[in-house]
Amino acid sequence: MARAAVLGRLTWQLGEVAELIQETPRVSSLVLDVPDWPGHLAGQHVDVRLTAEDGYQAQRSYSIASAPESAQVTLTVERLPDGEVSPYLVGELRTGEKVELRGPIGGYFVWRAGEERPLLLIGGGSGIVPLMAMIRHHAATAAAAPVRLLYSSRSIEDVIYKDELARLTADDTGLAVAHTLTRSQPAGWEGYSRRIDGEMVAEVAWPKKDAPAVFICGPTAFVETASSLLVESGYDPAWIRTERFGATGG
Amino acid sequence: MRQSDLKLDGNAIAGLLREIFTMEMTNAETTCAGCGKVHAVGRVDVYLNAPGVVVRCPACEQVLMRIVRGRGRYWIDLTGTRCLEFKE
Repeated sequence: MARAAVLGRLTWQLGEVAELIQETPRVSSLVLDVPDWPGHLAGQHVDVRLTAEDGYQAQRSYSIASAPESAQVTLTVERLPDGEVSPYLVGELRTGEKVELRGPIGGYFVWRAGEERPLLLIGGGSGIVPLMAMIRHHAATAAAAPVRLLYSSRSIEDVIYKDELARLTADDTGLAVAHTLTRSQPAGWEGYSRRIDGEMVAEVAWPKKDAPAVFICGPTAFVETASSLLVESGYDPAWIRTERFGATGG
Repeated sequence: MRQSDLKLDGNAIAGLLREIFTMEMTNAETTCAGCGKVHAVGRVDVYLNAPGVVVRCPACEQVLMRIVRGRGRYWIDLTGTRCLEFKE
C-alpha cells in the first residue's frame, strides 16, 4: 500500500460525499468514497479542484484526516471567509455530491506506525488535521510508540475532534493530550491559556534523551515558534518535520 | 498581511512536483547553489503568491527553484539548486 501511495502519475478522480460532519462552527469533515483509492499514509494530503461553469479552476491542498486503515477518505476543511474553495466545501457541498481530487500526495510529513520513537505532535488550529491521521493510525494499529499532542486552539468551540481526542486519551491508547486555548477559556478550564511558549513546551515535550519524532503543523508563525522552541531546548532539528498552512489558504 | 505569513513549505508543492517528476519529491534533498546546505524538499521555503512558484533555501533564502506553468507548458529554473537527489 505504501508503494502504491507514493509512486505513479497523479490523476484527477471523483470522490462522492458519503457524510458531512460539522466539527466546529467553521470546520467540517467530508467523508468521501473514492473508487480505487490506492491507500495513503498518515500525514499525506490531496489536491481538490473546483471548476466553474465558465471553465475557471481553483485548486487547494487539504490534509487527509482519516487513518490509512479507513476505507473512506476523510478531509477536514476550515472555512476561510475570503477563500475560493473552502466556502464551497464547507457550506455548499451536500451528501451524495462529488468533488474532484487527486492524491494521496506527500511523503515528507508522514508517520508510519512501525516507527518506535516516542511521538510528539504539535498542532495549531486546523493544523491538527494531518496529526489526527497519525493519532488515528496509531490507535488503529495499537502502535507501541507513546504519543503526546500539544494542541493550540482559540477557544473551546474551535477545538476540532475534541470528543474523539478525549475518548482516545481515556481508552489508554498511549495518547496524552495537552490543550491550550489562546483567546478565551470556559469556566473551570484546567488546560493552558496562552500561546505556546518555552515553559509549555518543556512541560509537554519528551525529554531530549528520548530522541522523539516530532511533527508540527499549523499557521506559519505558529510552526516556526514551536520548532524554534524545541531546537532551543536541545532537540536535534533532524527530529522535527513541519508543515505550514500560511495565510494563503482558502 | 506580512510576507512572512505567506511563507509555506515544500509540502505545498508536492502535487505540482509530482506532476513534473512523476514521483514523490518532498523527501528528495536539494543542495543550495548559494550556501551549499542540504534540505529535504518538504522543508524548503515556498511562496505561491507570485506569477509562478518561488522556492527558497531556508538557511540563506537564495532562490532554489522557480516554476511556472501555463498554456500547457512548464518552465523550471533550477539555477539555484546545485543538486537534487532522490530515490529511484
